[in-house]
Amino acid sequence: MGKVVVVTSGKGGVGKTTSTAALGAAVAKTGKKVALVDFDVGLRNLDLIMGAERRVVFDLVNVIQGTAKLSQALIRDKRLETLYLLPASQTRDKDALTEEGVAEVIARLRSVFDYVFCDSPAGIERGAQLAMRFADEAVIVTNPEVSSVRDSDRIIGLLDARTMKAEQGEVVQKHVLVTRYDAARASRGEMLSIDDVLEILSTPLLGIIPESQDVLRASNLGAPVTLSEPLNSAAKAYLEAARRLEGEDLPVVIPFERKGFLDRLLGRRAA
Amino acid sequence: MSILDLFKRRTSAPVARERLQLLLAYERQSRGQPDLVSILREEIMAVIARHVQIDQDYLQVSMDRGATMSTLEIDIQIPNKSAMPLAMTG
Repeated sequence: MGKVVVVTSGKGGVGKTTSTAALGAAVAKTGKKVALVDFDVGLRNLDLIMGAERRVVFDLVNVIQGTAKLSQALIRDKRLETLYLLPASQTRDKDALTEEGVAEVIARLRSVFDYVFCDSPAGIERGAQLAMRFADEAVIVTNPEVSSVRDSDRIIGLLDARTMKAEQGEVVQKHVLVTRYDAARASRGEMLSIDDVLEILSTPLLGIIPESQDVLRASNLGAPVTLSEPLNSAAKAYLEAARRLEGEDLPVVIPFERKGFLDRLLGRRAA
Repeated sequence: MSILDLFKRRTSAPVARERLQLLLAYERQSRGQPDLVSILREEIMAVIARHVQIDQDYLQVSMDRGATMSTLEIDIQIPNKSAMPLAMTG
């Protein structure tokens, strides 16, 4: 039985899809069979980030409505043979998803794959709730910024209340993934620190992804950053986060920026 | 801004942290609970309506949340013409 991991955040634009692609590819690289499911019906983007946009024929809604088989809709990655994508529909809306339909698709994926990553749409409405509904674990993608942290807190509340596990008296294991972290700004006290975010959300840390040009470049090229440029800092952080997700006890090193001469002279304090 | 402020520039992250902690403490507590302000509003409206006819718009209920204490502000405007003695309504 595979593990179902929802990648969620509440707020849009924090890096859910990028993180789904990067983490999924990182796990698939270790030989595990991985399926990435795009739940953002109507606004699909995981296909684009994965570089599979021209290979989409059938999608999640087709499978749920019975107009395509699951095996027809799954797209195998061209770079990694253990990595698959189930795209969202671009022409339908989120009402096309039914809970029974999602339950069946997830159950079938779980029986074939080691990991099923569900890329949640933004918001806390139906689409986001269906994406998290059958999750065993959750990756909460958070930027060190007030509105993102607030929305993450809201999502954590939903994970503890509206998921199948929660309703059965079990717990969805939650991890915070801090993305777009700028060590220089954090050290100048201009950005919430990692400690601030963790203290406020009281949820364990999966990793810290530094703000990086390479992530944007990987998206432009249609390749998960963990595959296209595995040696850069963001990719390394994702690769380590994936190892932690698989249960490895790997300490997180907070990216550190030495204080500049001017900062010292002016006595600017770090938060 | 004086030249001294340059040397003692206050960073914004601690302010962000304090605001978030205060806000989230409240939001977590009220999660899944009915909205207190709208309940108070409805009940106050019902009490007033027993004695005076007023429009919904003339009742403003707001809550200003503080760290240790919150202030409930109730502003009721009663137009003179609609105020009538109890004896006449009953």
